[in-house]
Amino acid sequence: MTAPTESILEVRDLVKHFPLNYGVVFKRQVGAIKAVDGVSFDLRRGETLGVVGESGCGKSTLAKLLMALERPTSGSVRINGRDITTARGAELKRMRRNIQMVMQDPYTSLNPRMTVGDIVGEPFEIHSDVAPKGGRRQRVQELLEVVGLNPDHINRYPHQFSGGQRQRIGIARGLALQPEIIICDEPVSALDVSIQAQVMNLLERLQNEFNLAYIFIAHDLSVVRHISDRIAVMYLGKIVELGNDTEIYDNPTHPYTQALLSAVPVPDPEGRETRQRIILQGDPPSPANPPSGCHFRTRCWKAQDVCAEQEPALEVRPGSAHPSACHFAEVRDVVNAE
Amino acid sequence: MKNPSVDTHLLPAERAGDEPLLAVDNLHVEFQTRQGVVRAVNGVSYSVDAGETLAVLGESGSGKSVTAQAIMGILDMPPARIPKGEVRFHGTDLLTMPDDARGQIRGRRIAMIFQDALSALNPVFTVGWQIGEMFRVHQGMSKRDARRKAVELMDRVRIPGAKSRVDDFPHQFSGGMRQRIMIAMAIALDPEILIADEPTTALDVTVQAQIMGLLAELQQESDMGLILITHDLGVVADVADKIAVMYGGRIVENASVFDGYRAPAHPYTKGLLESIPRVDLKGQELYAIKGMPPNLLDMPTGCAFHPRCPYRKENCVTDAPPLYTVSDTRGSACHYWREVLDDGSN
Repeated sequence: MTAPTESILEVRDLVKHFPLNYGVVFKRQVGAIKAVDGVSFDLRRGETLGVVGESGCGKSTLAKLLMALERPTSGSVRINGRDITTARGAELKRMRRNIQMVMQDPYTSLNPRMTVGDIVGEPFEIHSDVAPKGGRRQRVQELLEVVGLNPDHINRYPHQFSGGQRQRIGIARGLALQPEIIICDEPVSALDVSIQAQVMNLLERLQNEFNLAYIFIAHDLSVVRHISDRIAVMYLGKIVELGNDTEIYDNPTHPYTQALLSAVPVPDPEGRETRQRIILQGDPPSPANPPSGCHFRTRCWKAQDVCAEQEPALEVRPGSAHPSACHFAEVRDVVNAE
Repeated sequence: MKNPSVDTHLLPAERAGDEPLLAVDNLHVEFQTRQGVVRAVNGVSYSVDAGETLAVLGESGSGKSVTAQAIMGILDMPPARIPKGEVRFHGTDLLTMPDDARGQIRGRRIAMIFQDALSALNPVFTVGWQIGEMFRVHQGMSKRDARRKAVELMDRVRIPGAKSRVDDFPHQFSGGMRQRIMIAMAIALDPEILIADEPTTALDVTVQAQIMGLLAELQQESDMGLILITHDLGVVADVADKIAVMYGGRIVENASVFDGYRAPAHPYTKGLLESIPRVDLKGQELYAIKGMPPNLLDMPTGCAFHPRCPYRKENCVTDAPPLYTVSDTRGSACHYWREVLDDGSN
């Protein structure tokens, strides 16, 4: 992809706690769901940052915070140097133009009563200065062509399209305002296997064409590896490991990353008897009441007393070049281990 | 249901030899809809033996789940109709069997687990009650005994603290635990066949690994035949003995899992395997099967895969390929399977 340049998105110590209230008349807060709990990263122009993690780890809340659809409890999200979390009114509207989203489920994220032309053209209603009224229809048709749909289908409704085509409509809508950043929240997981590759190729082509930066949220690790320049692994609201694709996949140092990678079934039956597996016990703890110290310690085979007392910071540890939030970080190649 | 003789009820051909444990033979299923007749399953045949794992691979709409529902006898008829075909269990056709005899087999000797455990479990009954139902209904057990058996089963599927959780409701469990409860219900009566319809699709990978491990263990303990319905090529490679790939309501390829992955004999299987992102091809365009899955209301003529197929020749448009014999243990529904096979062996 493109050479690393300046950061277009800077996320610093982002925290989102959802309050848990008790009582009807006299509401009092009895706790908080710590959905995102201190996340920092940079995104460069034209780069793809993959975000992986299990359900409930805060991936989607992170996406909403970046879009300013949720206000963070603390922390900042700077887009081109300006903080979107404090922006209001016209400034927020202008900033949102630069960061758009592609949703997971193309069946529920498109309004069934609107034509494709209305759906893709709707951003122009809000940001009317982007395309003049007379030229909008033509602009929508161009967008449909860019994502590989027939521009003549502009008057059709979503139900007349297949899942893969609907996802293309969602992508066209995301592109309408010519953003620099697109957040893709599980963009292919609702699609059939044979269609996933088509949509992935489309996303890559668009990135090259428009120099887009992607935040690519997914749980399918092989898909994330294919498209991402760098990958952040999340567990219970925190990034536990961050690195480029070979660092994360071939030299993971955090035990959770190692377990996650080794749990992914390899699509090759040869040698399956000898393959080593790290099978984690139990489920992730509730984000309302995360364990003290390291959040992963309750499922970790390396856990010692220090893990319960001290929270490991996400920092570069001896023996590897990328940051990892584990006191006992150690490279272990779980994918190619035979 | 309290008649003890049904417990030892044997099917007529049960003692006869070489018939596989479960054989689906030329099964057709169609649905009457307002837009016309949808032929969801068009002549599907496969078989499973004790202790064997058959993976049925296919995309949504390929007919894999409908076939399983026909085996279980849980299709709504109408609108569904089975115009042709047999499902033989120990050699006896289940489809022509009287309803009460079939009820004795369903759930007891052939059991099924579903993808979405939250919607498959009843939200207003405790899990202990729902697991115990198997014993109360099928074996006429008392409430207290059934509850005790439910705890045993929850232990067996490794739900921590089974005794204290037996009176909890489904929503109090996590997704992985709910799927374990479904498995507990399915294996309650030691079935000979377990059909697992996308058992891990809704789960996270680390939990998926736990559940697949559990299924493999249970299968080893009791020598069950397992039919695993999935679209996940990774899971299949991990656990299956043989695969049946479905497309447009037909089986387009069946093979042992090793043969099928090493050198596919059908262009669709080959396309699926090639579209998996691979480490050594990072940064390059992914191979994508062009076009989209067929509309069952308007199936292409000839071979259903021909509009998407790179091996297509003229006769593919007009002649539907039969399932050609590739070897003793494999078949491919492609006129040009030899070419596909030669290309694939690398």
